[in-house]
Amino acid sequence: MLLGLILLATVVAACLLILHPPVWFPVAITSAAVAYDRQFSWTLWVTGSLFIAAQLLLAWIVIRRRKSVTRPATSSGVRASLFAAVAMIAVEIALAAHGNGPLSHSEPKDAETIEVYAHQFAWNFRYPGADGVFGRVGTEFIADAAGNPVGIDPSDSRGNDDIVTPVLRIPAGRDVRLLLHSRDVIHDFFVRELRTKQDIVPGMVIPLDIHADRIGQYEIACAELCGLGHNQMHSILVVMPGEEYDRWKLQH
Amino acid sequence: MEATTLIARPSLLRRIFSTDHRTIARQYFFLSLFAVVVGVCLSLLMRFHLVWPREKVAWFEAIWSVRAEGGIMTEELYLSLMTLHGTIMVFFVLTLAPLNAFANLVLPEQLGGKEMAFPRMNMLSFWITVASFLTLLSACVFDEGGPIAGWTAYPPLSAVGAVSGPGEGLGQTLWFVSIGIFCIASLLSAMNIISTVIECRRPGMSLMQMPLTSWNWFVTSILSVLSFPVLLAAGLLILLDRLAGTSFFVPGDLLIAEQHSPHAGGSPLLWQHLFWFFGHPEVYIAILPGMGIVSHIISNFSRRAPFSYRACVWAPVAIAFLGMLVWGHHMFISGISPYSAMTFSLITMSIGAPSAVLVLNWLGTAYQAVKLEFTTAMLFCMGFVSLFVTGGLTGLFLGQPEIDAYFHDTAFVVAHFHMIMGMAALFAVFAATFYWFPLMFGRMLDERLGKLHFYLTFIGAYALFLPMHFAGFAGNPRRYADFTNFDFFQAGMPLQRWITVTAFAMGAVQLIFIGNLFRSIFSGAKAGANPWNGPTLEWNADAEIADRGPYEYPDAGADAN
Repeated sequence: MLLGLILLATVVAACLLILHPPVWFPVAITSAAVAYDRQFSWTLWVTGSLFIAAQLLLAWIVIRRRKSVTRPATSSGVRASLFAAVAMIAVEIALAAHGNGPLSHSEPKDAETIEVYAHQFAWNFRYPGADGVFGRVGTEFIADAAGNPVGIDPSDSRGNDDIVTPVLRIPAGRDVRLLLHSRDVIHDFFVRELRTKQDIVPGMVIPLDIHADRIGQYEIACAELCGLGHNQMHSILVVMPGEEYDRWKLQH
Repeated sequence: MEATTLIARPSLLRRIFSTDHRTIARQYFFLSLFAVVVGVCLSLLMRFHLVWPREKVAWFEAIWSVRAEGGIMTEELYLSLMTLHGTIMVFFVLTLAPLNAFANLVLPEQLGGKEMAFPRMNMLSFWITVASFLTLLSACVFDEGGPIAGWTAYPPLSAVGAVSGPGEGLGQTLWFVSIGIFCIASLLSAMNIISTVIECRRPGMSLMQMPLTSWNWFVTSILSVLSFPVLLAAGLLILLDRLAGTSFFVPGDLLIAEQHSPHAGGSPLLWQHLFWFFGHPEVYIAILPGMGIVSHIISNFSRRAPFSYRACVWAPVAIAFLGMLVWGHHMFISGISPYSAMTFSLITMSIGAPSAVLVLNWLGTAYQAVKLEFTTAMLFCMGFVSLFVTGGLTGLFLGQPEIDAYFHDTAFVVAHFHMIMGMAALFAVFAATFYWFPLMFGRMLDERLGKLHFYLTFIGAYALFLPMHFAGFAGNPRRYADFTNFDFFQAGMPLQRWITVTAFAMGAVQLIFIGNLFRSIFSGAKAGANPWNGPTLEWNADAEIADRGPYEYPDAGADAN
């Protein structure tokens, strides 16, 4: 009957959409992002199989013509239910075991540390400069118009050589640690090609470790509703060759 | 309800402020119907703006003279519509319709009684809900317009007043007041349902003789009693932050829109913990009654007891219990420890087990049916099963913290919860409306229009929300009022236009239901006492219950499990 046919059509449509997606993931630029894509595919295979099986089963139950039964067999209900629960747990263990898990991450040593400053509705990035040390910052020193958007304390000499830019440049092939700061509301640092995002919570400094292998320019978006200009928090992540990055830092 | 009111025609006032559970059920039904119409219209306006952001529409300006000046919807208007859409749908549709409307309608009779445990409190909870709804709407009509912080209202954005954005002054304050009032109403109503289940069963009816709908309303109400007080407390604290200068949720040393904030020492993450401690049980408050409705109706139209009655009782109990422990999966990217993320993830994934049990039971009941009858109510239940499976499986992506890190706050999440919490839960409401309409209005809904509405809505649900997952694959963030600032959105614009056009078609299809509803209220076929040949007591007030499972047909010879 009609519902069964619609279910069949839905399964076919879903498969066609996956085979010919209207849009898809962008390129993966870190090994973590490549691992992400692997785990995503695995999850898609597992859930996709369950999706097809369940919808086809439902379609079959709806379509089939069966003889009238006067007394259904019911004794197996509890056992079958337990079996379904155990089977589902097994599926989930298969999913989780395949993934990296959240605990596999180890802190990189000698990472290039860059501070990320988000506010309504812009991004700024600070590099420690030639001395390798960040100068002290304070909210009271913030002056967007005067070119001090992160609030570097002018009385702290260590901050004199700090570099503040509206675009995030990182060296390819090196460990980079981003320290995320917000001065007002919650923002979120999201680069699709990294396959990760991290909320930036005011009052907290949250680290995000990345190791990009692929040179290029990628868009940085805010992924946590932060107010009226949420969709305008646009910046660029520039992944540069290592030497070029070193030269760029020296020129500032 | 006193018998006298049935004999003597009650005054208009007594009929409006009624303590009769069926009258209150109809009141809840119409309130949530009005709310869902508003909510759907808001979503259509949002979809329109997303694909045609600069389009001039004259009547926009007629409604929103400030926020749509010149007929062009501003981004603050978009964000306030979005906030209102989420709030209305979650609270005034998905909480009220499956639980309050239909539990009031049938729970007392299903248990062999005549009334809820506390009829006056029942009336009170409805009118407090109305007050909450009016407060919510009032938040949007003052000059500065409605709040823009979304239905989750994360601080500091929602806690520091007008400085953080348009609508964040009085509008956001009224929003919190509205939600606080709603919590009180929901608490009263949930306590009433729990008391009714415990105290008002016909003597001799054990808990394990209750119909599955009663079981699910019971469990849902326990969830309400455990979770709404937390939201109420959190709401009061954030109102203190806004109005009294406290700092529960706002840290120190903030500079918001060039102004130094006087707050110090609070934690934005505390709000997220409290909010989601309510918020995750809330999604089960929305879907558990639907599970009960579907178990009940599939059993009725399969003419047999559920595949396993006990499994259908304990699986929702397990889901509710686990559902109280998984709020942290909304915070995987919030800066919580990876160890807590892993714990929340494992508990989240384990909810799949009782869910699979339910799906097996729905399929098993229909598979072993004595006779399958595809009434409109049954069709909507079959649709529910299909959508529940689909929406549940996408949860297996989001339950893994590392996979969630990309999908969090993207269109994938929007598609996921609209599939399961929006579509599946509403399919259960449609099923319940067709099934119990005779008890509500003494008439039948038109089955031919009903089936037409079902097929078009079912196709529409997939046509709309399956493609939306792909916008999530492409990483499109949600809650963007405008897609033009990012290059990566541009490849997805044809997809966005498809979603918008399908959404309008879906909206139009719902007119079939509205038309059917109002026509049938006034001129539908008169319903008999038990039009579906249902086995449970709401259809057979005089049936014997001793030694009989709730879904046993004494005549059909089917036995309970």
